[in-house]
Amino acid sequence: MQFLKLILRNTLRHKLRTGLTLLGLVIAVLSFGLLQTVVDAWYAGADAASPNRLVTRNSISLVFPMPLHYRDKIRAVDGVQSVAAANWFGGIYQDPKKFFPQFAIDAVPYLAMYPEYRVPEDELRAFLRDRKGAIVGRKLSQSYGFQVGDVLPLTGAIYPGNWSFTVRAIYDGAEAKTDTAQMFFHWDYLNETMKVRIPRRADQVGVFVVRIADAARSAAVSQAIDALFRNSSAETLTETEKAFQLGFVAMTEAIVVGIRIVSFVVIFIILAVMANTMAMTARERLSEYATLKALGFSPAYVAALILGESLAIALLGGGLGIACTFPVAAWFGTQTGAILPVLEVGPLTLAMQLASAFVVGAAAAVLPGRRAARVRIVDGLRAIG
Amino acid sequence: MTPIPLAYSLRNLWTRKLTTTLTAGGMALVVYVFAAVLMLDAGLRRALVSTGQADNIVVTRRAAASEVQSGVERTAAALIETQPEIAVAPGGARAASKECVVLIAQPKRVTGAVSNVTVRGLSESGFALRPQVRLTAGRMFRPGSAEVATGRSIAERFEGTGLGERLRFGGRDWVVVGTFDAGGSGFDSEIWGDVDQMMQSFRRNAYSSVVARLADPGRFDELKQRLEADPRLTVEVKRERRFYEEQSELLSNFIRILGLTLSVIFSIGAMIGAMITMYAAVANRTGEIGALRALGFQRRAILAAFLAEAMLLATLGWALGLALASLMQLVRISTMNWQSFAELAFSFTLTPRIVLQSLLFALIMGLAGGVLPALRAARLRIVDALRAA
Repeated sequence: MQFLKLILRNTLRHKLRTGLTLLGLVIAVLSFGLLQTVVDAWYAGADAASPNRLVTRNSISLVFPMPLHYRDKIRAVDGVQSVAAANWFGGIYQDPKKFFPQFAIDAVPYLAMYPEYRVPEDELRAFLRDRKGAIVGRKLSQSYGFQVGDVLPLTGAIYPGNWSFTVRAIYDGAEAKTDTAQMFFHWDYLNETMKVRIPRRADQVGVFVVRIADAARSAAVSQAIDALFRNSSAETLTETEKAFQLGFVAMTEAIVVGIRIVSFVVIFIILAVMANTMAMTARERLSEYATLKALGFSPAYVAALILGESLAIALLGGGLGIACTFPVAAWFGTQTGAILPVLEVGPLTLAMQLASAFVVGAAAAVLPGRRAARVRIVDGLRAIG
Repeated sequence: MTPIPLAYSLRNLWTRKLTTTLTAGGMALVVYVFAAVLMLDAGLRRALVSTGQADNIVVTRRAAASEVQSGVERTAAALIETQPEIAVAPGGARAASKECVVLIAQPKRVTGAVSNVTVRGLSESGFALRPQVRLTAGRMFRPGSAEVATGRSIAERFEGTGLGERLRFGGRDWVVVGTFDAGGSGFDSEIWGDVDQMMQSFRRNAYSSVVARLADPGRFDELKQRLEADPRLTVEVKRERRFYEEQSELLSNFIRILGLTLSVIFSIGAMIGAMITMYAAVANRTGEIGALRALGFQRRAILAAFLAEAMLLATLGWALGLALASLMQLVRISTMNWQSFAELAFSFTLTPRIVLQSLLFALIMGLAGGVLPALRAARLRIVDALRAA
């Protein structure tokens, strides 16, 4: 009890210094947490993937399409429950900066494959009835103020011309990690329009999403699908949805690695600040430590005093930083909109924030603690700050 | 006013080595992040800007964000090629290249991770339109054959792209007969082959773009207006340099905004560090300050001396941080450019401008951290200060 009281009193002796150090810790722990959350957001697509879904694409690369008739052939493969075509539309809404993903989909099978997109019954019916209808995610509707019944104009970058859709439904995510910043519309509408505008580009599908009955057979089913089209003009590559999503992450790996490195740099910055605070504190109090030792307290006790003070400040700052992470991440999420659709502070992030605060507190006390424990009483009593 | 000698500030830093090292170390890390971000952005811009030639133009389909998304029909391409503004090559042909640009998914040598690589089919004059491209090994591909040449960054990192190796895409094998160096530009991250062979393999009927050299760069606007107004065409005409600048915009903005925001937030941490150190320096030296004032040094001199100490600390941090950052020049970054959806390699580039910007940044950090403690030192009354000692 005496020991804890001593630590508390010591902490409050230099209010300005402790306050500044705390502020630094809060900022560091907060930005570390935010950066980890951003990295997590990168993997959100892969985390949300279902093991029951496969993605078939052209084996050359995603920019090459596949003929529409593949759909029936894939559906006939043993183990396949349903198949849905999906095309990346890549349209521009008002300004290229207002980016959000748009997909042309086989609405009925596609939405059945993604039960995590929750659409109200009546809105779904309205969407299915309207050939030019569109369905948007909750987050997207909030970012740009889309409401049911609104007209949504897009300029095609891949599919030339001006396009106009009517928002018929808004979907919610079943879980916090579900991406609700996307827009979907009818594949048939895209295809029929292309038949008129550029006939040679009609009946071309970007990817097929395939639902399989047994996730354990995903490798076998993938192989069976790819075998169907070997040596054709459009060979396919089928992989699990997770592998498909991780492929995207791998392409921007350098950026993820960069953000990770930077997030650790901030911990080192605050470690330097904290270590400095403790070193100064210990230097100023060297004569007190010598007095304690002269009274019979062990060197370990003196070192523990410094470690205790350092840990108390670090953990308090870390705790405040963690508490701030939630509102700041929520605000950041509304700012980034569709670019980072899922911004959730995960339990691992919290654990890492706490651990880094602890490590900073402990590491900062090492040098000053050792010095205070080792100092000879005579030298300590003679010392001036 | 007699200033306090700079040596006073310098020796104070020297006496408290641990504190000085830690404070400057914190600042150095912030300067490192700041400089590294600017270097990355500069590298990206240099790669993409040097890709474009001043007198070249790129014609793509209207509203296409990249060459991969674009399509220019054969008849349209022929029409564009014969415009009078376009230069004539030494052989008498037009200095224009009808190109087919696609992406192939290719695994990397080390990790095996698959990434998109740009494959460009060129007409015969395409090579002459890019004078920055030099062959480093082997020879150029022969027109009409299944041969390709690969850029330096691709040949190093992707499977099957080295000299003499074979690549399989578009339903046939392609032999790599040469590698080229495009001087750090975007072409270093491309695979080049014959356009007609590519069109056939990928079963395409439309080119992706037409690249041409203008006989007189001043007549660009005239050509642009006429082609974009032509009812037979739905194209957009851009100067090549502008075209590639736009290709880098998204990634460049992302790097800059994220990096600078982080630097500013991190700098608050380092400023707090400087402030703690300087407050302690003032508190420890209250007696000295009193003595200096008693000797006749003015408040302003005291203020200047403590500010100088904070700035020296910042300069030390800057030197350390910049030294660390300049090591990054050895690192080559390769990532997907969102706009073109393809792999692009570029390196950290240190420019004189970045050296100055980071110095300014460090000095602002030192100033912000040092000004309050220095004011406190300057405000001390002689009697109180001497009594405190």
